[in-house]
Order: sequence, then C-alpha cells, then structure tokens
Amino acid sequence: MPGRCRYAQPAVLPTDRIRNFSIISHVDHGKSTLSDRILELTKAVDPRLMREQYLDSMDIERERGITIKAQNVRVHWADHVLHLIDTPGHVDFAYEVSRSLAACEGAVLLVDASQGIQAQTLATCYQALEHDLEIVAALNKIDLPAADPDRCVDELERVLGLEGDGVLRISAKTGEGVAGLLDAVVARVPPPTGDAAEPLRALIFDSSYDQYRGVVSSIRVVSGVLRSSARVRFMQVGAAHDLEEIGVRAPAPTPVAELGPGEVGYLIAGIKDVGQARSGETVTDAIRPAPAPLAGYRDPKPMVFCGLYPIDGDQLTELREALEKLRLNDSSVTFEPESSGALGFGFRCGFLGLLHMEIVRERLEREFDLSLIATAPSVAYCATLTDGTEVRFDNPSQMPEPSRLDHVDEPMLRATVIVPSEYTGTTMDLCQSRRGELERMEYLSPERLELVYRIPLAEVVVDFFDQLKSRTKGYASLDYEPAGSATANLVKVDLLINHVPVDAFSTVVHRNAADAYGRRMAEKLRELIPRQLFDVPIQAAVGGRVIARETVKAKRKDVLAKCYGGDITRKRKLLERQKEGKKRMKSIGRVEVPQEAFISALRMED
Amino acid sequence: MAPDAGGGPFGGGLSGGEPSGGGPCGGELFGGGLSGGGLSGGEPSGGGPAGGELSGGGPAGGELSGGGPAGGELFGVYVHVPFCRSRCDYCAFATYTDRDHLMAAYAAACVAELRRAVDTEGIPEATSVFFGGGTPSRLPDDLLAAILDAVPRAPGAEVTVECNPEDAEPIRLARYRAAGVTRVSLGAQSTVPHVLHGLGRRHTPGALMAAVAAVAAAGLASWSVDVIMGGAGESDADWERSLQDLLALAEPPPHVSAYALTVEPGTPLAADPRRHPDEDVLARRYERADDVLGSAGYAWEEISNWALPGHGCRHNQLYWARGEYRGIGSAAHSHRGGRRWWNVRTPDRYVRLISSGRPAEAAGEVLAPAQQALEALALSLRTPAGVPSRALPDVPELAGLIERVGGRAVLTRRGRLLADAVTAHLVVGGGMAGGGVAGGGHR
Ligand SMILES: Nc1nc2c(ncn2[C@@H]2O[C@H](COP(=O)(O)OP(=O)(O)OP(=O)(O)O)[C@@H](O)[C@H]2O)c(=O)[nH]1
Ligand code: SF4
Ligand SMILES: [Mg+2]
Repeated sequence: MPGRCRYAQPAVLPTDRIRNFSIISHVDHGKSTLSDRILELTKAVDPRLMREQYLDSMDIERERGITIKAQNVRVHWADHVLHLIDTPGHVDFAYEVSRSLAACEGAVLLVDASQGIQAQTLATCYQALEHDLEIVAALNKIDLPAADPDRCVDELERVLGLEGDGVLRISAKTGEGVAGLLDAVVARVPPPTGDAAEPLRALIFDSSYDQYRGVVSSIRVVSGVLRSSARVRFMQVGAAHDLEEIGVRAPAPTPVAELGPGEVGYLIAGIKDVGQARSGETVTDAIRPAPAPLAGYRDPKPMVFCGLYPIDGDQLTELREALEKLRLNDSSVTFEPESSGALGFGFRCGFLGLLHMEIVRERLEREFDLSLIATAPSVAYCATLTDGTEVRFDNPSQMPEPSRLDHVDEPMLRATVIVPSEYTGTTMDLCQSRRGELERMEYLSPERLELVYRIPLAEVVVDFFDQLKSRTKGYASLDYEPAGSATANLVKVDLLINHVPVDAFSTVVHRNAADAYGRRMAEKLRELIPRQLFDVPIQAAVGGRVIARETVKAKRKDVLAKCYGGDITRKRKLLERQKEGKKRMKSIGRVEVPQEAFISALRMED
Repeated sequence: MAPDAGGGPFGGGLSGGEPSGGGPCGGELFGGGLSGGGLSGGEPSGGGPAGGELSGGGPAGGELSGGGPAGGELFGVYVHVPFCRSRCDYCAFATYTDRDHLMAAYAAACVAELRRAVDTEGIPEATSVFFGGGTPSRLPDDLLAAILDAVPRAPGAEVTVECNPEDAEPIRLARYRAAGVTRVSLGAQSTVPHVLHGLGRRHTPGALMAAVAAVAAAGLASWSVDVIMGGAGESDADWERSLQDLLALAEPPPHVSAYALTVEPGTPLAADPRRHPDEDVLARRYERADDVLGSAGYAWEEISNWALPGHGCRHNQLYWARGEYRGIGSAAHSHRGGRRWWNVRTPDRYVRLISSGRPAEAAGEVLAPAQQALEALALSLRTPAGVPSRALPDVPELAGLIERVGGRAVLTRRGRLLADAVTAHLVVGGGMAGGGVAGGGHR
C-alpha cells in the first residue's frame, strides 16, 4: 500500500535504548524545576520558548505554582531515549503518581535537602517500591544555605533503607548535578522488557480531551508494536477504533509511525468521550488481539463531596455542560443533579480531596465563566437503619431521622504526619481532638517524628491541614490514604432561619461537637443575615432539639438622610440595584438572605 | 393628548380609576399631596403656582401626554457653590477648600451658563431658586447677587441661600434680602460644643445663637436650621439639648431639617468605624426629634424635614414632586424634558468649559417610562402625600410601616425610618398591565 510506504522505516526502537522514569517527591521539592533543567540539558525545548515549570501548562498550575496533572515527555540523552513523567506532589493527586509509576521502570525520588523526608516523600517512595521500580534518590536544592544533605542521607538510609552512597546531590535551580542524575538514570534504571513480536498490548495511563482532536491518551506500549495505521481495540470497554495519530511528546506533540515495546507516547482515535479511554485501559490490535488485557487500575473514588450551585439560577444548563466538559479531562470528578431549598438547583459533586474540589470549582468559574456557590464539604456516610437496610448519603441533609437509625459508619483515613519532635505534643492534641487514634510513632531522626493516626476523613476535611500547619509553624507535613470505615456517634445539626431549616447548612458532626458547632454557625449567621423588618430567630437543632439560638434584631432605620436634586439619580440607581439585588436573595421563611451571606457562611466553614 | 395617557404607565396606570385631581392628564402620580396643598399646609404662595397645576402639568404627566409646559408651571434653579472654609470629615459633597481664587471666575461662569440656558434652552421663570453647596455664604455678596440677577424669576419666587453660622452677619443678610433672597438655611448641626467639635465644625454655640438671632431678625420670609443627629460623642441628652435650644429661641426657626449622620464612602468618617452612628441610636433620636418638633407645632414635610404651617421649602418640594429644575455650576444636577444630567464635578473644569463656550454637562440619562414612574413614587413616598395605595402591595412586611388613608399609602413614623425598605416594595408595572397593581396589591 502506498500509504504505508511513508512509514516504512527502520525497525522499532530497541528496548535497551529506552529508560522510563517518573519524578516523584513531596509537594514543592522541585520536580517540575528539575524537569525544566532536563528539557534544557537535552535541548528538547527551544531556549527562546523556555519558561519556568515548563510542563505545568494549565493556568491554574502556573498561578498556584503546583503541578496538578502528570506530564510525560521524551528526551534524548547519551544515545538513549528517556521518557520522564513529572508528577504532582499533592496528596489529592496521589492517583496520578500511581498511574505514572505504572508506566515506568524507575523513579527519581527528590528530597528537598533543606527539609528532609516529608510525608509525601514516604508515600510516593512506598508506591514506587510497590511497583517494583528502581529508585534513584536525589537531594535537591543543595544550593540553599539551609540545605543539610548529610542529615537527609541519614534519614533516607534509616527510614527508606536506601543506599546512602547512591544518593545524588543536585540543584534543580542551578542545574548542578543534573547531568549526573541523567547518567545515573541511564545506568541504574533497567530498560523496559517486552517483545515486539507478541500481540500489541499498550496501557493507557492518562487521557485528556482536546477541543479539536477529541480524546488524547497517553500510552505505554508493553508488548507488540502500535502502528499509526492500525485498527485498535480497547479491551475493557470492548470498542474498536481506527487510529488517527500516534506520536511522542518531545515535548511538542510529534507524530510517529510506530511505537514499540517500552515506548511512551500518545494516541488519538477520534474518541469524543474520555470515559471510552480511561486510564488503565489496554489497547490491542483489532485484527490480532492479545489474549488478555494488562492488569489495569480503576479511577480513584471521590472522597469529598459538595453541592455546586450557580449563583444565577439561569446558569444551571451551563454548569451541567461545564461539568461534562471538565470531566472529559478529569474523570475523577463525579456529579449528579441535586436541589436545595436554599440554593435552588445544582449538582452534588465528588472530588478526590479539598484541593481538588477547590481547583475544580475555580476551573469551572474561570474556564466556563460561571459564578458558583459551594456547600460545605462532606464525606460519604453509610447509615444502617433499624430495619437493617443500608442507606448511603454524602449530603448531610439526607441523613435519615434519628428514630430510624441504628448506626452510621464514616470513612476513615490512615494519616501520616511528619513533625519536628518539639511539636509532638501539639500535633497529638490536634489529632486527638479530631478523634484520631494513634497507630504508630517513629523517630525518623533524633529531631523528627513520624506519627500515624487512624482518623475520620470528615475531621481532616475541616481545616485539619491548616490547623496542623499553623500549630507547627508550617513544619508538619501530612499524607493520608483511605483506611476503611468505622461506626461513630454522629448527629445531623440543622440550622433554621425563622423556623425554616436551611438544607445547605446541615452538617453531620460527632455528637460531642454538635453544641459547639451549632453555636458557632448560629452566631455566624446572625452576623451575616441582614436585619429584616422583623426579628428573625436563628436556631441550631439536632433532631428537633434546639441546641443554640440567636436573634437578628429587626431593622430600625435604613433611609438615606437627604434627598434633593443631585440625590435623585443616585437614589433611583440604589433602588434599582436593590430591586435587582432582591433577585439574588433567597427568601427563607420570609427572610431575605443575600447569596453573599450563604457564600460567606459556607466559606467560613472550611 | 397622547393615546396612552389614560392607561399608560404614568397616567391612568397607577392612579387608575382614582378620581384624579382634575388635571388635564389625570396623572396624579405624586400629585395628591401637592396639588391638594397638603404639603404646603394651605400656604397659597404669593401668586405662585396653584395646586392643580402640579398634577396636571407635572413633568411625568406632561411628557407622556406630549403636551408642552402648562402656563404657570413650577420651575427651580439650583446654583451650586463649591467653596468651603474647611472640609467636614463626613462630607462627600463636591466642594473644595483650596479654590477660593476661582470665586469671581466661577460666578461669571454661572452667569454665563444661566444666560445660555435662557437663550438656548428657553428655561422658564423660576418659581424657586436655591443656592446650595459647599458654602454659598462664602461667596462675596455681590457675586451671589450677580448670579441671582441672571436668574429669570417668577413673581414671588422663593430664593434660598445655605448659610454657615459664621457667615450669618446682619450686614450680609441685609444684602441678601436686598438682592431678592427670601430664605436662609442655616447649617447649625448642633448646639453642643463637643458634638460640634466631633463633627469637625468650626463655629461655637455662641456664634451659632448669634447667627440664629441675626437670621431671625433679618426680615426674611422664612428660614430654616439644619441639625445632624448621630455625631461621634453625641448622647441622647445632647441631642435633646440641641432640639430644645432651637425651640427655646425667642424666634424659633420655622423650618428644621434633622439629618441622620450618613457615612459616605471615601470620607474620613468612613475610614473610622468607631465613629459610625448606630442605627438603633439614630432611630431613637429621630423619633425624639419627631416628638419634640411635633408637639411644638411642626409637621413633617419629608423624612428629614419639619416645618411650621406655611414654611415648607418650595424648592425642595419641587424635587420631591419630581418637578423640573436647572442646575447651575459645577456638579449641579438638572432635570428637564425627561432628562436628568449633571455638570462636571470640579469648579476648575466648569469654569474652563463655560468660558470657552462649551457646555458643562458631564453626563446624563434619559429615563424610561418605568424608571420615571418608579422615581416619582419613590420621591412622593418620602412625603405626607404618600403614593396611591395600589402602588404598595398588601404584604405582612409592610405592616406598621404604612397607613392607607383615602386611597393613598403614607409612611408611618416607623415607616419613615425604613423608607428604603418600603420603597423597595413599590410596584410600578401594574399600570401597564391595566389593573396589575391592584392584582399585586391584594395577593
Ligand atoms: N533554591 C532552590 N529552589 C528550588 C530548587 N528546585 C526547585 N526550587 C523551587 O522550589 C519551588 C517548587 O518547585 P517546583 O519545581 O514547582 O516543585 P514541584 O515538586 O514540581 O511541586 P508540585 O508539583 O506542586 O509538587 C519553586 O519555587 C522552585 O523555584 C533548587 O534546586 N534550589
Ligand atoms: S460646610 Fe457643608 S459642604 Fe462644606 S465641607 Fe462641611 S458639610 Fe461639606
Ligand atoms: Mg510540579
């Protein structure tokens, strides 16, 4: 076929010339900066186009200076092809790290030499070890005066059992030691294995949606050869597609004719729905399929939920479309319609964590031009009723009546906190006040301690990290993973405005915390609800029993003193704004509550 | 008459079916009180406009019906004087303390703007003139007289000058009177030294009493005193004393404006929350003022104004009736022919524009019929004339805030303090739907 001739090129890249590795570390230890140096050193990016954290391409990543999405890129070094994946450090995106690791034989573990081992250093390193990867450890930021590489090497040896001699010392900022790091990767990371003669098996480890091209999937060929002209079959979903393009990111997308075993690249097959090309999917040849798919993995389950409502009710359809589009790029977001007496119609959305929730919301507002109001974050509970049936709910207002309840289970976490030892007491106090149970406590070094708690997710969702940071002057680091569920004495606190419950404010809390929570919220609402023409009672209640009460006193005076020639226009505009503002008010039990009051109350919650 | 005069948003709409005052258009949007003479308390101002005219030829009705100005219509001229000795720290007015050197040029520009308004706009004779500020009494008397001379006035026109106590000297007042001024509005603010100090006012209570005496003796047709409630450090007793001091005078002021201190954004006062008046305190002081003045024979003519019979300020009543007026000078607002506009804010720019033959207008707006109607209702609501009963729905929130009497809804005293909340309930659109107001009203 003439079409094929174009690609009649030399045989596939020999696997022993390939090295695949992820860069992993705790948040901010310098992964993206190291990637920059590698891009420069290997001349992958035109120096004129180079910018800091080159691979952080989303606006929101650049503004916040964090990586949200893993990025892979192919570079050439010392006669070898290196595929590196820059991963995010934040715990919410741990699944990105795990997916990336599944496409590699090695991992560069970075440790900020001025901070030493932190919670995600451990978590990501353990993940890499689970995947049986070769770990190339490197102390970064050795240019910093506060860097203490010797202490860090000690920690790495003691805690992670790494060979001290093999720990490199680099500065991703100055570039010092980066060439040596690449040499070490070539020398120490094993080449991929895989037979080009076998039937094709390629792992999709990430998919994103491109407005023009549809779904673009990152793949790692495990065996066989992926050819650009092939018809492929996605084994899990059982669908066949004609390929439109395959290529590598260098980092600019560069089409290629074929990808052999061990190679990392992307494929485009005119798919319009990322759901059809999920991470963990196995791609095989439609004509000569592999007998069995690769061990895949599933999308992570959302851990944190909240209601998202358009401030302007007319934007409901737009919000739905935005969520659908956003899900194309981020399949870990879930959503389903929900309605609230206070907020109208919106969606119950699930997220991987608080940061993820914040980011999704910000992207919705920014990329889709929406104004949203979010209810307080909640977790997914499981209630067992007296008749034995189980009810799952992640919206507190749906918690069954106490009279029908036998017990409620809540999701638990295993949380790892690393702190300088002088903050041990205050950290333990915090964890205990959040119903944490100490499971393990270990010295990483004489000065630093690792504490492992089993703790309810719901307690971590409410400002736990902020508290931890502020109580330890920012020195503590936190990592966690799901750890089953546990029965707890939980109650639903309702807030009533003028005797009408406001579902958006209902919260599930531990019975012991209910009174304090109720008082706090009632007080907040008293401050936030503008005075009305009559006294407005605000109550917090648990199952009909009032636990706190406040009153918004009736308004006595609102009128502008003067109204002469020049005031008339101003007054009329004020009145028009006021009438317009009324539309943005929700009327609850005859009380007009501005959206802003909801927003502030809900904001102060987290 | 325009075809929609009967059922249009202005004409029959709101007053729909009510026996209107007999004016040509039947519109009695705001007319009720004024045309009946209720506001001016039966004061038949010397040869001035008689009742019926306002409701008939009033701007709203007039425009819609397309009729030209009826003869003898009310018309106001406002002259802004943007000069003050020092700036009171609650003040957000367009006034300046460092531009006195502009006074002569400014007065000349005002005269020029007036001439132009007469020649090119054909403004009618003014039935009221008002010099406001700023501090008009800071303007040399001859300059003020020159401006006034340039205002075409109807016989018996009311001419008011706002005056700071320190300027109210007998000689100046005599000159004012000779120039045609009929009314002085004295910015007393308080008679209590520490309250005056807290407001950043310079005059002493002694000077104030002397000024009051001078004004009372000046032989003016009427005069008025402004007081402010809610200044920092003012106690209930201080407020009581200010009121009693005024009423205890040999000749008490026939008109009192009692303003609640308003925190205007951008003022030094706004930046100091500790000095912001408490709304409950203001409400209490207001009620006290209303009690004290009421029992002394003053009737409320607008939310912040009380007058003895026959001493209402006609110029202000014109504003509240949504009448027409021409504003002269920097930052002055005008309302004519269905348009509101305002001049540039600074005297410098004003003088520059006028003296180079250009208009001083900064911006303006043409109001849609619904906006006009809402404005008319909102203004009238602030007066004892109230609004047609159907302009306010029968909702529990308004209980105790309005009183429905003779087809009109009028603010109660509690309602006067909450006039903005009541205003937000005004229904304008009803007239267009023909009876919609009534429908809304009885929901
Ligand atoms: N002094 C110094 N600063 C560095 C070095 N490497 C990175 N940084 C700085 O550390 C901060 C974090 O760097 P990033 O490269 O964004 O870290 P990251 O690990 O990619 O962060 P996440 O993706 O959010 O986990 C930035 O301000 C970098 O400039 C280094 O070698 N020396
Ligand atoms: S005298 Fe009047 S206009 Fe002048 S600064 Fe004081 S309050 Fe403002
Ligand atoms: Mg990064």
